[in-house]
Amino acid sequence: MSVMDQSKIRNFCIVAHIDHGKSTLADRIIEKTGLLTSREMQAQVLDNMELERERGITIKAQSVRTVYRAKDGEEYIFNLIDTPGHVDFNYEVSRSLAACDGAILVVDAAQGIEAQTLANVYLALDHNLDVFPVINKIDLPSAEPQRVIEEIEDVIGLEAQDAPLISAKNGIGIEDVLEQIVTKIPAPKGSPDAPLKALIFDSLYDSYKGVIIFCRIMEGTVKKGTAICMMATGAKQEVVEVGYFGAGQFIPCEELSAGMVGYITASIKNVKDTAVGDTVTDANNPCEEPLPGYKKVQSMVYCGMYPADGAKYPDLRDALEKLKLNDASLNYEPETSIALGFGFRCGFLGLLHLEIIQERLEREYNLDLVTTAPGVIYKVYKTNGEVIELTNPSNLPDPSEIEFMEEPIVSAEIMVTSEFIGSIMELCQERRGKYLGMEYIEGTRALLKYELPLNEIIYDFFDALKSRSRGYASFDYDIKGYEQSSLVKLDILINREEVDALSFIVHADSAYERGRRMCEKLKDEIPRHLFEIPIQAAVGGKIIARETVKAMRKDVLAKCYGGDITRKKKLLEKQKEGKKRMRQIGNVEIPQKAFMSVLKLDDRK
Amino acid sequence: MSGRKRTGDKVSEGKKGLGLYFHIPFCVKKCLYCDFLSAPCEGEERNAYMEALLRETQGRACDYRGYVVRTIFIGGGTPSVVETEWIEGLLSLVRECYEVMPKAEITIEVNPGTVDSQKLVRYRRAGINRLSIGLQSANDEELETLGRIHTFAGFLDTYDRAVKAGFDNINVDVMAALPKQGLADYERTLEAVTGLNPQPAHISAYSLIVEEGTFFAELEREGKLFLPDEDCERRMYERTKELLGKAGYMRYEISNYARPGFECIHNCGYWKRQDYAGFGIGAASLIDNKRFSNRNSLKIYIENPLNCRGGIQKLTLREQMEEFMFLGLRLTEGISPLEFERIFGKTLEQVYGEVIRKNVKDGLLYFHGGKIRDMDWNGRQTELIPPDFGSRLALTQRGIDISNYVMAQFLPD
Repeated sequence: MSVMDQSKIRNFCIVAHIDHGKSTLADRIIEKTGLLTSREMQAQVLDNMELERERGITIKAQSVRTVYRAKDGEEYIFNLIDTPGHVDFNYEVSRSLAACDGAILVVDAAQGIEAQTLANVYLALDHNLDVFPVINKIDLPSAEPQRVIEEIEDVIGLEAQDAPLISAKNGIGIEDVLEQIVTKIPAPKGSPDAPLKALIFDSLYDSYKGVIIFCRIMEGTVKKGTAICMMATGAKQEVVEVGYFGAGQFIPCEELSAGMVGYITASIKNVKDTAVGDTVTDANNPCEEPLPGYKKVQSMVYCGMYPADGAKYPDLRDALEKLKLNDASLNYEPETSIALGFGFRCGFLGLLHLEIIQERLEREYNLDLVTTAPGVIYKVYKTNGEVIELTNPSNLPDPSEIEFMEEPIVSAEIMVTSEFIGSIMELCQERRGKYLGMEYIEGTRALLKYELPLNEIIYDFFDALKSRSRGYASFDYDIKGYEQSSLVKLDILINREEVDALSFIVHADSAYERGRRMCEKLKDEIPRHLFEIPIQAAVGGKIIARETVKAMRKDVLAKCYGGDITRKKKLLEKQKEGKKRMRQIGNVEIPQKAFMSVLKLDDRK
Repeated sequence: MSGRKRTGDKVSEGKKGLGLYFHIPFCVKKCLYCDFLSAPCEGEERNAYMEALLRETQGRACDYRGYVVRTIFIGGGTPSVVETEWIEGLLSLVRECYEVMPKAEITIEVNPGTVDSQKLVRYRRAGINRLSIGLQSANDEELETLGRIHTFAGFLDTYDRAVKAGFDNINVDVMAALPKQGLADYERTLEAVTGLNPQPAHISAYSLIVEEGTFFAELEREGKLFLPDEDCERRMYERTKELLGKAGYMRYEISNYARPGFECIHNCGYWKRQDYAGFGIGAASLIDNKRFSNRNSLKIYIENPLNCRGGIQKLTLREQMEEFMFLGLRLTEGISPLEFERIFGKTLEQVYGEVIRKNVKDGLLYFHGGKIRDMDWNGRQTELIPPDFGSRLALTQRGIDISNYVMAQFLPD
């Protein structure tokens, strides 16, 4: 493999709207190129985290190398780089795209172009990738391939007449896709003799090898013993091993040279040193400048994470440390809450990222967590000229010390069929959206442009969007910047005690409504106690809403019949178990999920 | 009728007392709220089952050589639906293979409409000295709603015949919080039962619990069950104690009331964790701190009733303690800290001191002198009574209301 004919390499990715069949097509490509037999194929080879498979989404960028014998009789090396499929991971997507020379655009034959289709295809075109379209799911009864082809040509301006018509699920039309990869995606360029310049598009921590860097070699050559340097982080190490990606395994090779996609290990201890987007060069013969596009990843959404059992704090710390090894975009720092004790304030790329980390902590590390309501980073301008980046509502200074506050704003694009334009505009209005404009994509569909505060969309905006458009609307957004806003801290008092972990920042105009809903929600979540419990919402010490949890009067008795006490025992155990999942605040026990209830305030039916 | 001499308190020299439970899973028609192991069934299968039940009874006799049977309970289902010969045969077999105390309490459950005078007389002759009659309600409309096969008049007839056959220890089951039931309706049922002549010795009063898998559960999901609201249900529950108390009944267990001396010894054995052996499908046993049950399959049981047991659960010391507490607290006399210490070799204070103090403080548990009948066990004095681990510990009235909440705290973390 040392002598590699660049003209026989194709580095590409697949872009699509969620659920249009990206991962299934990836599987078929791997299968048809003969790297794996059908029998060896687990469904969706590339999504190798259990969680990814369950959720049907790709979280980490993955890559696989296959060999294809084309109709011209030549063998081609395909490097398929699978990109994450969620807006939370946009930066990772952009770095994965930068590692490719071309992209396959998958469009659902029934649904046509969606917001993410556009967002992803523009992202690919921005990276100067050659994109060719594929129409998937042609076996669906509602498939309209001809309409979709026209749509692609009209809306995106891509030549689509010869787009392969396929069903990835049923393996129809995959040959056409493989041939077009050879003919439509350009071979990589770059000199193997130039100074090393490689793009990191992902990395993985392995307890034996240390960090495994996933990279695309743009220029030069790297092999065992090369002294490498990460240009942005400055980390230096000697290469221990290079290789390429088999299906689910790493296959070492002699060297990686310009145009190739593969991995490097160099006894690096922490993924922090191998930031996605950074450039790897030869420490002794560095390239002149790094590859463009590197960004330090910033957390957008913060929440508090606490162990349900206070004694598990060290376990939580260790688990976060381990996850962080593999996830440079996860941030955390210790904090204490009066209500919840010792825990961490954690930063995430978005709500999905948060949920994934939360689930992994619970599943892989067997931790029981209490998570507080997620929030964004607010900028607090104090009267003394100081500016605070606020991630924890409890740290909000006294209103008298605040000059003004700013919140992050996104520019959002929502694609929707015309019948739902009204209800979607209404939704955006409710969420303090600023209408920027609307374009008709074709007769029946429109692209709505809005500016929305990030804190209005992190919770359930996507769900609300779906439910108000019967699932038809799609959505994409970019962070635009900060804007001044009238924000207040909403406090919750349970049995007249303020519960710091339940406070959140909200726009002044919606404080009353949110406070009321929050009280209602908590009333349902908090079980009856021996005494009556008032639940109150307050802004700046003024009570704006109240509900009451009535005192417990009776619990259900199980009849013990014929000496069969097992049912009774189970009932008591369940009751006991329920209590374990509670947090004691004052003399009130609050179920852990109550701390997330702010998320569920908007299920307007 | 004077209080009878209690049986079972004394057990013949060196032998342990034992309760026997026989499960007869047949009924005329399944009630709409019932989730017990029972079903209507044809004569042939019934006979095969009864024959298997006798085989199991005989086959297990050697396991219980060191025991003296103090109580026998034939439950179901409706055991009175099987031919009387089977019941007679079963009891004579028990006497043949087991040592049964002469004054053992022997109960059978019957439902109105399944027994005539002759049957009752034969039960009496076979040694059965306690009857448990399922009435549930004195209102015919409510009986129909429940899917019962009898009317109130049918019950009166059965009750009358039972008394004439010589039964002086009769339990009547009633149920509160029935669909569409008002407080006055329920009070009429209680009055009808306490007004019987002679008064029944024992009354079981449960609230209807809608169990998963029953027809009622389905109705409730559809919003068509119309159960009384919480406040009304609450009132019914309070009225049970008031009315039955006035009529001379003593609440000795969460849902059971008796005239003095007529507490069900067999059921108390469950709460006091005395050894008992269950026969028939699904029947549970507790022997030497081991719990086990027969499996529920009629087919397997009939084929080989001696090879039908599920796994044996050997209770750890901790589990024994937890059972001691949550079962013992069902009795209004509560548990004895001294007995706890005698059985487990640790003081109650050592094991549960903290939980008990908390619940005493909350007015849910209280200590009393031990002679429950002589005192007001309402729990009003709990604030005044200092925790005294020498007397008995019991649920207060409020504690009974939320007994699951209290009992769950005795389970280990």
